[in-house]
Amino acid sequence: MATADDPLVLGIETSCDETGVGLVRGNTLLADAVASSVDEHARFGGVVPEVASRAHLEAMVPTIHRSCREAGVRLTDVDAVAVTSGPGLAGALLVGVAAAKALAFTLDKPLYGVNHLSAHVAVDQLEHGPLPERCVALLVSGGHSSLLLVDDVTIGVEPLGATVDDAAGEAFDKVARLLGLPFPGGPHIDRVAATGAVTIDFPRGLTARKDLERHRFDFSFSGLKTAVARWVEARERGGEAVPSADVAASFQEAVCDVLTRKAVDACVANGVSHLVIGGGVAANSRLRALAVERAARHRITVRVPRAGLCTDNGAMVAALGAEAVRRGRQPSSLDMAADSSQPITAVIA
Amino acid sequence: MLLALDTATSAVTVALHDGTVVVAESTVVDARRHGELLMPGIRWVLSEAEVTPVDVTRIAVGVGPGPFTGLRVGIVTAKTMAAVLEVPVLGVCTLDVVAASVRVEGPFAVATDARRKEVYWARYDAKARRTSGPTVGKPDVFATGGPVAGRGAVLYPGAFPTAVAPEYPSAAEMARIAHVGEVEMLPPEPLYLRRPDAVEPAARRRAL
Ligand SMILES: Nc1ncnc2c1ncn2[C@@H]1O[C@H](COP(=O)(O)OP(=O)(O)OP(=O)(O)O)[C@@H](O)[C@H]1O
Repeated sequence: MATADDPLVLGIETSCDETGVGLVRGNTLLADAVASSVDEHARFGGVVPEVASRAHLEAMVPTIHRSCREAGVRLTDVDAVAVTSGPGLAGALLVGVAAAKALAFTLDKPLYGVNHLSAHVAVDQLEHGPLPERCVALLVSGGHSSLLLVDDVTIGVEPLGATVDDAAGEAFDKVARLLGLPFPGGPHIDRVAATGAVTIDFPRGLTARKDLERHRFDFSFSGLKTAVARWVEARERGGEAVPSADVAASFQEAVCDVLTRKAVDACVANGVSHLVIGGGVAANSRLRALAVERAARHRITVRVPRAGLCTDNGAMVAALGAEAVRRGRQPSSLDMAADSSQPITAVIA
Repeated sequence: MLLALDTATSAVTVALHDGTVVVAESTVVDARRHGELLMPGIRWVLSEAEVTPVDVTRIAVGVGPGPFTGLRVGIVTAKTMAAVLEVPVLGVCTLDVVAASVRVEGPFAVATDARRKEVYWARYDAKARRTSGPTVGKPDVFATGGPVAGRGAVLYPGAFPTAVAPEYPSAAEMARIAHVGEVEMLPPEPLYLRRPDAVEPAARRRAL
């Protein structure tokens, strides 16, 4: 039986290259079906929007069916439909939004167009239960690196800081490419770094005293990426072998050092005792370990969903949708637009 | 009840056929808002006919060729509705829909706007049966003094001096031809005709 506290919500995610359809009942994950076009993009070293959009259209209905099968529910059981309305690739978002509208209208159920970034935070409810009253969220993915202050994940969050250039995941992907590792590079750097040691002191962006005044909670990873490239080139020029594992470990350490230091600082500065980490890079083993270690010193609890829920998926969208239902938020209308640059301050379209 | 819809041109067009006649139709021309306009259009034709989605027994959708982003909105909507309702969805070439509304003696052609200074193009015989195409190319390649329907003829009078109606496809016409089976049925998949641009990947969006 569906209740307002325990709605069965179907969530659709198509903001980038994964077609995700998740089903949750309240805070319980029932299914998380994902079809990825990542292999089709790999040879370009990044996501090609038109390729992604075509793949979303092909995968949409089969992924909806797969999710229902996994969850053991029928579409007609669904109480509400949620979909990423932005930010993301415009053409890709539109496929998911159109499918979600068709579902909601045909089933005669409410539709919630939700913010992708807020969904990356809300997904932790599926793993660790309701979010605390107030928390800091560190969102790190291929497209985003932000620190947010979250009171109510369905209302809007206060941006504390963000990257001024590359996103953290983007830096992982670019450095991976430099080291001849496949796309997307994050998981490969993580794996290779485990076999190496932190032997090179790469720069930590925006951590100098003068930067901290204006950019206390901002990030910069493009200088780091360049420094890694220079270091590798110098080695190659000298005819020396590149110690890939050590480069990967040292690069990863530089990224995780800055991310965790600033995230913990943001918690302390705001008197918050919970840090939620989300987005694809939250799958990184060193980031998780270092965050826990540093947070513990300040009695801060770190919440990170398991790796499979950190990368883009439909369950996170469903989780945020379920929270919107529970809190009685106004649904979106059928003429809702996908918004490729939806601001973090707008949670429900 | 047959629901027909097409989003492969600047027209977002929806119609409902009750097995005898077209009972409601909605067409809005707006090149950039297919995603916003389609679902309200569907809701409107159903409410106009005083039926609900579960009364729909078949869906016909225009599969292009047409600008990809808008085209996909119609196809994914049709396929998703069909999945919920467990009804068949059939594809119809959008140029055939335009052709079905052409009222001229003898053969003619249809040209729709393919953007990038190109048109989607097909030729038809006097009975509006497609004899060549659909294809895509520069208007000059297809230039003719004969009658040409579709937005392409309006956009490129130099290549197509004899523009004839209609300018856009009509879902009402589509519903009629689909109902009587007077049109080639295609799978409900886009007729892209162009490969995705193998350009450099989009620069990742900067956060916030
Ligand atoms: N273990 C890991 N360590 C570091 N980075 C990782 C790891 N696993 C994944 N990543 C990185 O996460 C990114 C993918 O994140 P995500 O799935 O959230 O998608 P995205 O397309 O970047 O989405 P968003 O729209 O949220 O920005 C990639 O850059 C990838 O390299």
